[in-house]
Amino acid sequence: MVAETLDELNLRERTCGIAPVGCSVLAYNYFNCDFLEAPHGRAPALATGFKRVRPDMIVFTYQGDGDLASIGMAEIVHSANRGEKFTTIFVNNAIYGMTGGQMAPTTLEGQITTTSPIGRNVQQTGQPVRVAELLSTLNTPAYIERVAVHTPQNIIGAKRAIRKAFAYQAAGTCFSLIEVLSTCPTNWGLTPDEATAWLQEKMTPYFPLGCFKSPESDEDSDGPV
Amino acid sequence: MAQYEVTWAGFGGQGIMVAGQLLAYTGIEEGKQVVWIPSYGPEMRGGTAYCTVVVSDSRIGSPIINNPRAACVFNRPSFDKFGPKVRPGGLLLVNSSLITATTDRTDITQILLPANRIAIDAGSPKVTNIVMLGAFVGATGIVSYNHLKETLKVKLGKKKGLLEVNLKVLEEGYNRGKAESKGKLRA
Amino acid sequence: MARILMKGNEAIAEAAIRAGATNYFCYPITPQSEVAEYLVKRMPEVGGVFLQAESEIAVANMILGASCTGKRVFTSSSSPGISLMQEGLSYMAGSQLPCVVLNIVRGGPGLGGILPAQSDYFQAVKGGGHGDYRLLVLAPSTIQEAVDLTMLAFHLADKYRNPVMILGDGMIGQMMEPVEFPDSYSEPELPPKDWAATGASDRDPLIIRSLFLDPTTLEENSIILHKKYEQAKKEEIRFENYKVKPSNKVLIVSYGTMARICQTVIDDLEPEGYSVGLFRPISLFPYPEVALRKEATRKNIESVLVVEMSMGQMVEDVEKAVAGARPVNFFGRTGGIVPTPEEVKDQIKKLIKKKSRRGRPAKKRK
Repeated sequence: MVAETLDELNLRERTCGIAPVGCSVLAYNYFNCDFLEAPHGRAPALATGFKRVRPDMIVFTYQGDGDLASIGMAEIVHSANRGEKFTTIFVNNAIYGMTGGQMAPTTLEGQITTTSPIGRNVQQTGQPVRVAELLSTLNTPAYIERVAVHTPQNIIGAKRAIRKAFAYQAAGTCFSLIEVLSTCPTNWGLTPDEATAWLQEKMTPYFPLGCFKSPESDEDSDGPV
Repeated sequence: MAQYEVTWAGFGGQGIMVAGQLLAYTGIEEGKQVVWIPSYGPEMRGGTAYCTVVVSDSRIGSPIINNPRAACVFNRPSFDKFGPKVRPGGLLLVNSSLITATTDRTDITQILLPANRIAIDAGSPKVTNIVMLGAFVGATGIVSYNHLKETLKVKLGKKKGLLEVNLKVLEEGYNRGKAESKGKLRA
Repeated sequence: MARILMKGNEAIAEAAIRAGATNYFCYPITPQSEVAEYLVKRMPEVGGVFLQAESEIAVANMILGASCTGKRVFTSSSSPGISLMQEGLSYMAGSQLPCVVLNIVRGGPGLGGILPAQSDYFQAVKGGGHGDYRLLVLAPSTIQEAVDLTMLAFHLADKYRNPVMILGDGMIGQMMEPVEFPDSYSEPELPPKDWAATGASDRDPLIIRSLFLDPTTLEENSIILHKKYEQAKKEEIRFENYKVKPSNKVLIVSYGTMARICQTVIDDLEPEGYSVGLFRPISLFPYPEVALRKEATRKNIESVLVVEMSMGQMVEDVEKAVAGARPVNFFGRTGGIVPTPEEVKDQIKKLIKKKSRRGRPAKKRK
């Protein structure tokens, strides 16, 4: 959907993507634009450096929940707070996928992972982090929306949000982050069908979909609309 | 003169660093090698702030000087700290407006100068450091008085009113320093 | 151009701009914050980028990202901050990206102190972060040299597509000396930066990375880096001799501001009849090993004395260079204490006395 958007908006030839460490570490093999590879969690810092020097280019980071919400929390918060004019695609599947299914900051209460074998105990490990909500509390204007990709209807919504994010960037308006709820059947230990249902039943109540902040209206920052 | 080292010491706000820099600028104008090195860090808060200026005809080695040929001390803690460090045969220039003590050392020349008093009488307590600078150059002659005056005009020339006061006290300091040293410290 | 009086930190900052490094990212830390305070005013005048980041970790990764554009990038910090930058520096070396990092070294380990030290030598010259890589390291001993080496550093960074570090100490950062900037900046021609990410408009997309999951490819990448370091060992050796002559009995090896203190020692000892020379490495990596061995093994040299503001780090490279041909002694102070000329003089007198005593007939010793 990101690649599609870049082509639709005719941005590909002046785009530079930034790959994280995590499931999408090899993202550059699937894109037809220039790509940089970042240390774990630091993609927003690379994006800041690159975009500041080349504000005429389109820059996006593609990060998972371990990368962005754990080790890279400082980088994403400060990039958003400075209003860096790049786009972050944040894939939230509630687990560390690449390293084999460990607990992530977004892992739900009671969810079983290899490092929470009897289910996440929130007394000891805290509550799952809601990134879209957290970043929306910042005063700096931004476009922040949470979408999902488990049904065709949701995919259409996700595409619309991603397109909007890159349009904001192309116009030099603001920082943009699209949180994408996604399944990980392998590490969840579910079939694809079960995983889709699990996302709908377990994830969306805790991670509500919607736009949390948009540059047009500050009232949006109070919650989903 | 092969190499001359002077430490400027006092508390923050007395223009210690500026006095040292003005001397260093003048050294450059005369084609000399110079180093200005400050104390920095926690020492800058409270107690004494100091800097050392080295002026030399040739390449300067160590920028760290433990025993300078002169010390210009603006307050009591500086007097206590640097008085004993002046090299034998050297100069201790004391701001006697704030320091009532005098050194027991007989192997150095001590000049007592009521710098704050001179500055206030001339119109501004802010120019105490220039009184001391004038006296130091008057006593030692390590740079020429005319070059020093030029430096002041260039570096402190923005505030016209204050520049006049500065030049006035520079001259008074210079004359006093020259008279007190009786030429024996001339490099 | 006229000589002007400048603080080391400010002179280095100006040199970076003169060399075309108009992109600077930073995080405040004593004793080098004047670099940032200078550049925040100067960058807008040249249309450059100045950004204060949230941490040194972010700084290193911002310069990583910025360097991918092909533009010259610069950062500065001091020891604890440099430790935090090691991640980004390792990635930059692995991805073959140029940058210049100024380390105004303060005493360590840990938070340490803020006074001058040379205790980051190992970290600077042996790689610093993880993996098979090196930084090119230059150590100035005067402010003028800091200016010249900073400008050179940007050229070397581009020439070798590798991070270059200027290793100074608190004195280099804080003291003022007269400096002269060349009227116009020129440097030997460099190959075009066809590796930079500028958008895939008239060429295939490119990827800048240090991830090579196939061990053969990773080894190949390490061999490419190694070859560059071998080339640097041939072309980038820099050092200075001070009063090195056939009569020398002791050869001091020292770098940075410590070497200047040793110059004073040598000058002071000369009239007392001690003949001592100074070998001052300027490039710490590549290390001037061959040149040092030549000077240290001159006929009259009885011993070598390494003087550092550390507990002894460069001494290991000196031992390697001298390779047992002469005894290598060490003297150092650390924690922000700078050895005085007197302390170094005592060391030399002890060395020379020890030597001559040994030569005396036994009966005279009683």
